[in-house]
Amino acid sequence: MHSRLRAGWGVRLGAFGALVFLHFPLLIIILYAFTTEEASFRFPPPGLTTQWIGELFNREDFWRALGLSLQVAVIATLLALILGTLIALALARANFFGRDSISLLVILPIALPGIVSGIALRSAVSILGVPFSTWTIILGHATFCIVTVYNNVVARLRRTAHSQVEASMDLGASSFQTFRYIILPNITTALVAGGMLAFALSFDEVIVTTFTAGNQQTLPIWIFSQLTRPRDRPVTNVAALFVIAVTFIPIILAHQLTRDRRD
Amino acid sequence: MSAVMLDSQVPQPPQTPLRRVSAWFFRHPTLTLFSLLAVPMAWMVVVYLGSLSALLAQSFFRLDGFTGRIVREFGLSTYEQLFTAANIDIVVRTTVMAAAVTVAGALIAFPLAYYTARFAPPRLKTFLYLAVLLPLWSSYLVRVYTWKIILAQEGIITWVFDLLGLRGILDGILAIPGIGGPSLSFSYLGMFLVFVYIWLPYMVLPIMTALERVPNSLVEASSDLGARPRYTFRRIILPLAFPGVVAGSIFTFSLTLGDYIIPQVIGNSSFFIGQVVYAQQGTAGNIPLAAAFTVVPVVIMLIYLLIARRLGAFNAL
Repeated sequence: MHSRLRAGWGVRLGAFGALVFLHFPLLIIILYAFTTEEASFRFPPPGLTTQWIGELFNREDFWRALGLSLQVAVIATLLALILGTLIALALARANFFGRDSISLLVILPIALPGIVSGIALRSAVSILGVPFSTWTIILGHATFCIVTVYNNVVARLRRTAHSQVEASMDLGASSFQTFRYIILPNITTALVAGGMLAFALSFDEVIVTTFTAGNQQTLPIWIFSQLTRPRDRPVTNVAALFVIAVTFIPIILAHQLTRDRRD
Repeated sequence: MSAVMLDSQVPQPPQTPLRRVSAWFFRHPTLTLFSLLAVPMAWMVVVYLGSLSALLAQSFFRLDGFTGRIVREFGLSTYEQLFTAANIDIVVRTTVMAAAVTVAGALIAFPLAYYTARFAPPRLKTFLYLAVLLPLWSSYLVRVYTWKIILAQEGIITWVFDLLGLRGILDGILAIPGIGGPSLSFSYLGMFLVFVYIWLPYMVLPIMTALERVPNSLVEASSDLGARPRYTFRRIILPLAFPGVVAGSIFTFSLTLGDYIIPQVIGNSSFFIGQVVYAQQGTAGNIPLAAAFTVVPVVIMLIYLLIARRLGAFNAL
């Protein structure tokens, strides 16, 4: 490791400042979910209450949006797991012409601005004359979720000693047995981590979804539509906190699962 | 028979059909590769590249002004509409914003990445890494919305300025033409802050990776040869970390170019590329013009990526 020099004050202050900048908005969203103020974003809040949580839970449209979001996220994640793992298995060790193009193609859906992917899918759907449905949402989500699974699995495959695979084959196991007993146990946590990130990504995606959802509302689209309704502000605040909480759990778990054991 | 058994020392597994398939794949690595990639590549090519081609095709169609229908004939009339003064204004405004956000993002991200990669003890390092990762993956929309709350006229920033007795300074900043507005949540300045905030993790992570890859031997050699830390930083660490900065800038630049939520939630009424696309395809129903407009950020990004590759950014991704 690096010889442990102490960082200068400038670096420390800068690092600390950036960290605060990244995280104090999250404290704000927690605080405002409990404010008694209904009409404005007044700070400091005049009082604290938990009444908006109940009010949100009584909203039928919230539950419908949540249900759709969960359904989309689960199916998109499963699709991404299968497709992402296949690509990772193919690209982890092979070196062939076009390999870089394939990895670029996998990254493209999240590297290009979301609006490009969104409007592209929308034009395709419109040219083909397919009606918008839950499946058109899933189609888009699975496409940009593949990269999270691919990244996690390919990194794990590259860290796993290939000698294990060779040993298994030398001892007479077929490719399928080797996959089942050697490769799969090695990549399980990477799969779970990739899947969780894919879930988090799908669960709160709004830009691409706007273009492929038709009239349906996923939870982020519901929140987005809520922003134009000032009367609903307190309920929106609680929903915002809810979404943050739901996505934090898989992210932290995914991080724990893929941590390098060297530290 | 027994002689044959002795001949082969290793007991052979039974020849099941599955095993035959497996052996066949083993003997044909290229076909193995092909069959692994067939389904996912079919998906990516059909769904994604197919959609991108559809988008490109749409941009050559045009909207019939009288009937409001899309005329599916190849032509450049939609692109002609693109080059009006108002649209060029929008493109320039968006690009300037993207560039400003990228520069500010790099300046804010660097100390955090530098401290995490080269100074933080292991436990703190893990913590800091997670602290950058969490906002990256957590809800984009909610994080934008939070800033609506923070920047509001009656919100926390105004409160802090009031508390410090500096309200005059805030009002002074907001009065500056070009970046100001009635309140922070309706100004370029506010929008700029939110863009920087939202894309910051995308900048921190590649810089962190690049800094971690700087070999210690080089840093030590530099100081052994008499360079002061500041000089080592400028001549060794910074040049080696620069591809990371460029890699991060690809994200901040590209994401700012295409965003339509932040200008809509935070901004004043002036349009950004993303909003035009959104409005054209939605209320105006002019998908061809929307498609032509998305070609603009794609072209800008392609130019940017070519430059980035020259600067070695792809090895730092």
